[in-house]
Amino acid sequence: MLKLHHFHGGLRLDGHKAESLNRGLQQASLPERLFLPLRQHIGDPNKPVVKVGDRVLQGQTIAAASSLICAAVHAPTSGKISAIESHPIAHPSGQADTCIVIDVDGEDQALDPAINDPESLAPEALIEQICRAGIVGLGGAAFPTTPKLLRGKAQGIEILIINGAECEPYITCDDILMRHRAAEIVRGSGYLQQILSPQTTYIGIEDNKPEAIAAMRQALAQHPLPDTEIVSIPTIYPSGGEKQLVQILTGQEVPHGQLAFDIGLLCQNVGTCVAITQFLEQGRPLISRIVTITGDNISQPGNWEVRLGTPISHLIGLAGGYRDSASRHLVMGGSMMGFSLSGGEVPIVKASNCIMVMREETIPKSPGHHDECIRCGKCTEVCPAQLLPQQLYWHARAKAYDRTQEFHLFDCIECGCCSTVCPSRIPLVQYYRAAKSEIRAARKMQIKSDHARRRFEFREKRLLLKKQQDEERRRLKREALEKRKAQSGETTGSADPVQAALDRVKARKKAVQEDSQ
Amino acid sequence: MLLAILTISLMAGLFGLILGYAAIRFKVEGNPVVDQIDALLPQTQCGQCTYAGCRPYAEAIANGEAPINQCPPGGQATIVALADLLDTEVLELNAEHGEHLDVPLVAVIDEQTCIGCTLCIQACPVDAILGAAKHMHTVIADECTGCKLCLPPCPVDCIDMIPARQTIDDWKWPAPPDQLELVQDA
Repeated sequence: MLKLHHFHGGLRLDGHKAESLNRGLQQASLPERLFLPLRQHIGDPNKPVVKVGDRVLQGQTIAAASSLICAAVHAPTSGKISAIESHPIAHPSGQADTCIVIDVDGEDQALDPAINDPESLAPEALIEQICRAGIVGLGGAAFPTTPKLLRGKAQGIEILIINGAECEPYITCDDILMRHRAAEIVRGSGYLQQILSPQTTYIGIEDNKPEAIAAMRQALAQHPLPDTEIVSIPTIYPSGGEKQLVQILTGQEVPHGQLAFDIGLLCQNVGTCVAITQFLEQGRPLISRIVTITGDNISQPGNWEVRLGTPISHLIGLAGGYRDSASRHLVMGGSMMGFSLSGGEVPIVKASNCIMVMREETIPKSPGHHDECIRCGKCTEVCPAQLLPQQLYWHARAKAYDRTQEFHLFDCIECGCCSTVCPSRIPLVQYYRAAKSEIRAARKMQIKSDHARRRFEFREKRLLLKKQQDEERRRLKREALEKRKAQSGETTGSADPVQAALDRVKARKKAVQEDSQ
Repeated sequence: MLLAILTISLMAGLFGLILGYAAIRFKVEGNPVVDQIDALLPQTQCGQCTYAGCRPYAEAIANGEAPINQCPPGGQATIVALADLLDTEVLELNAEHGEHLDVPLVAVIDEQTCIGCTLCIQACPVDAILGAAKHMHTVIADECTGCKLCLPPCPVDCIDMIPARQTIDDWKWPAPPDQLELVQDA
């Protein structure tokens, strides 16, 4: 039995999970149109590889990766591309971004999958396969899986961690997934072991999910993996954060400015394992995911397996609609880290683990007035990253961004524990997010201005060089002329070119006259 | 007495040699303050500060010839950074030199009107305009610093300055509303 460790702080929260768990896993019907954003991951946007009017089949690549930190997008069902246009997407800004729109034909005709026996493949070939599936981390951050695996493979992984903690209130999609697809998770973990050959594998699940733990134990017994243990961990938010889960299971802390694979660890979400299994065994790329629809303003909360690109309004219809349609507030993610959506037209993307349909009174859309900090220090007690939230708050509010960095602002995981316990109800995380945005924008500007300086200096150098070359050429020409002049002076003995020309003309005339006579 | 004079002279000579050697060995090329100031300037090379580019302005600041508030593209952020570096007072941006815009500008060439005279290419300080004689020109938007130096030479006025395209990556989380203002409004 593994000895568990603790991370600093954290909170025991009201889970709100039972509401969405009593209907099992339901299959969502296909909507009339799907909206697929070109970018559904952290990294560079994809490039569309289809044209308006094309017919696409389920599983066909419609937007290909443009760089390594990228994950392709596939058609979730068969249909016709009706537009490639701007459409509201799931983003805290509420802005629109380029989406590929598919008019669904309802036939759901799939592309013929090409499947190789995954167990016979070498690690590199497996990574190459996974690369084509458009898989990203399905825990919510949506970081492309391929670069993570490549980096992990290059650095060497000792411990593989499969994250089934799902610590955030309201979200139950991983719980349902573990209950219904435990075998696929275990096989997916097996493929990850095949790629990374770790010494140990831990599957961490919070102890508020006894059914999921039982299902996973049974699946592991049927399909045993070497050195693999299913670990029941205490329910303390945010135990599902990568750095926190690493600390619970191994006692190691990921150092400042580094990532888990720098210390020989790699975390993957259970959903990602299923996506890997489905592609390697059935040739089905990442075209659907399980989404929790819950909240106090939805008639029938539950979990649905949804094709990517399905508008949220379609899912709300499946879940019985709003209870009180006058006061709507949609949030993607859980109650701690989620963000408000602009409306029901926003499509489900790879990162959409949960849609909270709330009354606006329950969760206000934007913060208003808050009381002043009374320096009680509760935020410091609960911070899982062991930061000083109070100090960060002062400096972020005063826009002293370099001071916030001295207090390690970028180690903040934005879990929201500090804001939750604050007796003055200060929206601390929003101050931190704003400060991070400003610092990132300033860094970007610095890169741009350094680039402009290099180009300016290069141009100056080039102009100078051109001037020097021109002068050099003129000098050489002048010298050559003088040399020729000197030579011609020697042969004719006359220095005056005009006189010489006149002499030549005279001589020719004389010759012509003599000829005619 | 003699010994003391000798000792002091010897030491003076020795230290003189060390200092002389150090002055040659560790000689700093140029003025390092100029580099530090130049690093803070936005490198638009627009000349709105009345100097011929960011570096000449940096030199003028370093020599005490120019105040730190003449750079509209940098705006207040640059002034604060310069004041911080030089340990001087933070000034307001001098409005005579222009206005600070939150969204940077980029030049666009109306390719229908362009006659391919190459004058704008010669004016661009960062080589952001592509084209050749009697072929229409175009601006590489990512390289354009929005300096407007290409506008005056254009004989057919086919260049416009438009706000740079803002993508979803340029979006910033808004800070919570200013609490003092909220209290005052109430």
